[in-house]
Amino acid sequence: MSFTVRKDEAKGVVVIGVDGQLIVGNRHDLKKKVMDSIEAGERKFVVDFAETGYIDSSGLGVLVSLSKKIRETGGDLRLAGLNDDLRTLFELTKLDTLFTIMGSAEEATASF
Amino acid sequence: MTAPLRLYVRRSESAPPDSESRRINISVRVPTDLDVVEEAVDLVARHCLASGVPPKAARFVVRVVLCEALANAIVYGNQLDPAKRVDVRVEVGDEAVALHVCDEGDGFDPSVVPDPTEPDRIELNQGRGLFLIRQLVDEVHFNPRGNAICMIMRRA
Repeated sequence: MSFTVRKDEAKGVVVIGVDGQLIVGNRHDLKKKVMDSIEAGERKFVVDFAETGYIDSSGLGVLVSLSKKIRETGGDLRLAGLNDDLRTLFELTKLDTLFTIMGSAEEATASF
Repeated sequence: MTAPLRLYVRRSESAPPDSESRRINISVRVPTDLDVVEEAVDLVARHCLASGVPPKAARFVVRVVLCEALANAIVYGNQLDPAKRVDVRVEVGDEAVALHVCDEGDGFDPSVVPDPTEPDRIELNQGRGLFLIRQLVDEVHFNPRGNAICMIMRRA
């Protein structure tokens, strides 16, 4: 499992891909990548789940935490690439009301 | 990077004498280490698939609820004590799949866990694990001590 980070320079959006799982064992790695980017001045983020197997509640929790942190700095975190199973997790926990969820990373990037 | 941990899975098949149905038992002892959760979940899920659990369930629901139960057992049950272990046991039957996760902690009262979807809790960073388990499987049971959970998925 790993995270890929790339930046859409034209839109100034950092896109982080979750390759594998976002769970209790690696959530801190995602948090560090986003916090480092915030430190570097980035404000617009997309987390892309197109290559993600599953997410646990720790993973959901770190997304909530990062979303709050990014909003505090005047930025925004948007989610993309969720398949039906992953989207169900957000709906069950009502976190779909907290996040802007787009179809693809490209759509999410363009929405900024 | 930690050295890969070896998890040993026991798999056996049994058929109750008064029934034509068969049951496959899968068990694995997991160390109290959050870094091994993904490996343990993947291993058990693969054995579930090989034992006849439908691919969609083995790919997603089994993995999510097992991950939640293991993390709870390691963090809240065993309090991250490396001397303790978590026992995972799965019974794959013709009518249902039962996933058992037992830690060595003092247990807890599952009836007092608050609803994480309440407006005043929705933005909290934690507290969704047991809720997700209850939403994703058909039945959830605890032993009286509260240190063992049984998650049942009924076959349609």
